[in-house]
Amino acid sequence: MNGILIRGGRVIDPSRGFDEIADLYLLDGKVEAVGRNFGTPPDAMVLDATGQVVAPGLIDLHVHLREPGQEELETVATGAMAAAAGGFSAVCAMPNTDPVCDNQGVVGFVKAQAQRAGKARVYPIGAISLGQKGQQLAEFGELVGAGAVAVSDDGKPVASSHLMRTALEYARTFGIPVADHCEEPTLAEGGVMHEGIVSTRLGLKGIPAAAEEIMVARDILLAQLTGGHVHLCHISTRGSVELIRRAKEQGIRVTAEACPHHFTLTHEACEGYDTNAKMNPPLREPEDREAIRQALTDGTIDVIATDHAPHHYDAKEREFDDAPNGIVGLETALGLAITELVETGLLDLPGLVARMSTVPARIFGLPGGTLAVGAPADVVVFDPALEWVVRPEQFYSKSRNTPFRGRRLVGRATVTVVRGQVVFQRGC
Amino acid sequence: MTALGKDLIGLEYLSAEQIELILDTAEPFKEVSERPIKKVPALRGKTIVNLFFEASTRTRISFEFAEKRLSADTVNVAAQGSSVQKGETLVDTARNLEAMRIDMVVIRHQSSGAAQFLAQRIRSNVINAGDGKHEHPTQGLLDLLTLRDRFGRIRGLKVAIVGDVLHSRVARSNIWGLLKLGAEVAVCGPATLLPRKIEELGVTVLPRVEDAIQWADALNVLRLQLERMQAGFIPSLREYNRVFGVTTERLARAPKDLVILHPGPMNRGVEIDSDVADGPHSVILPQVTNGVAVRMAVLYLLAGGSPDWAQAAGRGEER
Amino acid sequence: MPTRTLLLDDRAIGRALARMASEIVERCGGTDDLVLIGIQRRGVELAERLKQLIDRAEGARVPVGKMDITLYRDDLQVVGPRPVVGETSLPNLDGKTVVIVDDVLYTGRTVRAALDECADFGRPRRILLCVLIDRGGRELPIRADIVGATVNTVDSDRVDVLVRELDGRDAVELVRSG
Repeated sequence: MNGILIRGGRVIDPSRGFDEIADLYLLDGKVEAVGRNFGTPPDAMVLDATGQVVAPGLIDLHVHLREPGQEELETVATGAMAAAAGGFSAVCAMPNTDPVCDNQGVVGFVKAQAQRAGKARVYPIGAISLGQKGQQLAEFGELVGAGAVAVSDDGKPVASSHLMRTALEYARTFGIPVADHCEEPTLAEGGVMHEGIVSTRLGLKGIPAAAEEIMVARDILLAQLTGGHVHLCHISTRGSVELIRRAKEQGIRVTAEACPHHFTLTHEACEGYDTNAKMNPPLREPEDREAIRQALTDGTIDVIATDHAPHHYDAKEREFDDAPNGIVGLETALGLAITELVETGLLDLPGLVARMSTVPARIFGLPGGTLAVGAPADVVVFDPALEWVVRPEQFYSKSRNTPFRGRRLVGRATVTVVRGQVVFQRGC
Repeated sequence: MTALGKDLIGLEYLSAEQIELILDTAEPFKEVSERPIKKVPALRGKTIVNLFFEASTRTRISFEFAEKRLSADTVNVAAQGSSVQKGETLVDTARNLEAMRIDMVVIRHQSSGAAQFLAQRIRSNVINAGDGKHEHPTQGLLDLLTLRDRFGRIRGLKVAIVGDVLHSRVARSNIWGLLKLGAEVAVCGPATLLPRKIEELGVTVLPRVEDAIQWADALNVLRLQLERMQAGFIPSLREYNRVFGVTTERLARAPKDLVILHPGPMNRGVEIDSDVADGPHSVILPQVTNGVAVRMAVLYLLAGGSPDWAQAAGRGEER
Repeated sequence: MPTRTLLLDDRAIGRALARMASEIVERCGGTDDLVLIGIQRRGVELAERLKQLIDRAEGARVPVGKMDITLYRDDLQVVGPRPVVGETSLPNLDGKTVVIVDDVLYTGRTVRAALDECADFGRPRRILLCVLIDRGGRELPIRADIVGATVNTVDSDRVDVLVRELDGRDAVELVRSG
């Protein structure tokens, strides 16, 4: 395999505290050298990264690829392409497909589809319970053996505390995290947006912040009880942030993620009954958004993940009550993160790369997140100053459900390399 | 500008001037309903569809009378349930109506936001006859008109809305209308049935109905639905009546001659006692009469020619 | 630059109304079964003044009503923002001799609307039309039975009738665009 020389960029590798203008040489699917003045190796493809950032490929711990079962919304291939276009060299695919990813057959299928597509890596996440029904544990051993990197019943919460406890204990055997969608079902039932002044004005049933916080508290206590690793998906409230902060102070094995829409938008986005603002957990109050931003700065929230949730135009073109939850996110995440967190001074670029690459790799035990010599050649080159406007028609994803249409963002991936191959190059 | 625009979605979106225009316009329409021939040709040739996804006899009939008294052609469509249940989406329903060149649609739907959803997708005028828990603007308007008839003004009036405010579109429309016209508004009911942060809209929360009766000039008593008990918001209808019911005994202790409104239909003996509903303080029947006049006014004002016609015509004189 | 010409001053109007009042009584053979209806807006004030004159002259008490014809206009669908609807209140019209009173007769469409509206209120025995100013320019076959004054105008002219009850003074003015 020929090498790739990425020249003249600002190489940021939080795994080693490296942040300098340097060249990066990739060979045989691995990082061969980082530094300066090692000339141009023969037969190498040369990419000029002057003025841009060169970082380990971004890793998204939470996406929904809809395959198997809803291929009209997205497939593994189109999702992997959308990920690459967003600067992601790897994504973790949630198991709420049809059939559910609760057996080695589906895990294997997803992996095979990803390999066939040859774009971003796709790591399947297996289900916690069979069929995600919340009753019987799935066979974690089989799932991990087939390639699953974590388990989750996302889409749904794990309502039974007994099941969550068992899952955390059992997962310890395999060293995998249990990722929970924190939502107390009886409090949240029927709710379609955050319970607050906007839901009162719009006459929509709300989901109180407490619905998330109750489960966050429960999961933290169960992590403490079992010594297992709980990963809290898409945190959205300031109360949750507080609970996580205290848990970490006590050394409990809890990690957390937040989505770009929760650090960008608030429940005001639901005005006018815009179904592209309908997601679960819902957009919350400005104080919650502030807390999420602060938590990403101080590390209380470990990673940024997108919860990429493709839906069909017809499905969203409905009364607010009936529309499905969720938005796509792979192709806007980096731009939103730079615009909302870096440009505002809350995070510097190394901090951002940490949240979107190094830390995700570490907490899920994935390869990547580093540009150390010998590491896999998963690299993103992005222009942190490039201004662009979000045009969903141009998405590589099959779906277009985003509230960010027409929004001006700063920062965009220009080249994504996976396993030493360029899988995405903007403008090609 | 005072003209109403294409649709009537809610009182939240109207200015005080626009609301007063509708109330003032309703006055001559009250007179039309008193004539031997209760018909004027003002909307002759207009086609209006009453698109009711929720069963409602009284509102639909009130709109139908309003439409017919203006000489419009009306069609009633009783549609079934949500888009998902009935298999035809609201978008498709809207497009079909537009393809039939309907002039106006009066829509009642169980989802908040449905009226706005429809209005954004068709060129016909859309009138919200109740969307989910969001608004029921013509009810709010007729309540305002009834209060204005009784008191001569809205500004400075103290109006308490009593009952299940959480699930009430009538309450929301009343709150907007009353506040915009300068009234003081309070809500009163069990805490489980009051929406979050309702005070931020500018209303006072009164914990007991006795407090409301002491404070208010008028009570708007909301209907309590059986489903609320079944969903666990209140323990029983019996307890609701004993603690929150507007009863003759409680009203006897009122310091003023309270005016009692109710949007109907009433659950006699639950939120309101029969003696009160039929008594001298009740304006429930005038509300119904005003309902037809207000709806005629709304239809009349919305059916005005399109803005480019207005420019072309230019005159506006009666010659 | 439009020019404004005074056609009738307050005294000329007073004289015209006095003559019109007696013409009404003469044409109707007395005040039995006579009803005056003023068309909103200024027809209402003129009808009220005619009633006073007739009552004084004949020792009668002639019923007078007011009618707003907005809802019967034939151009309602074309006009942009909806015109304000004024008050309509009429006495019994069945079998009566109704005299419709308006300030200016022009195209005749207002009177047509008024006739339609009268028909919805009852069945008068006879209807006459009384106007202060006939400015020509009829678009319908309508004529006035009692006229205060006739003025020749073109379409671009405007005839303004001012009454002291609403405008502070009595006058009839011709506004001609320059």
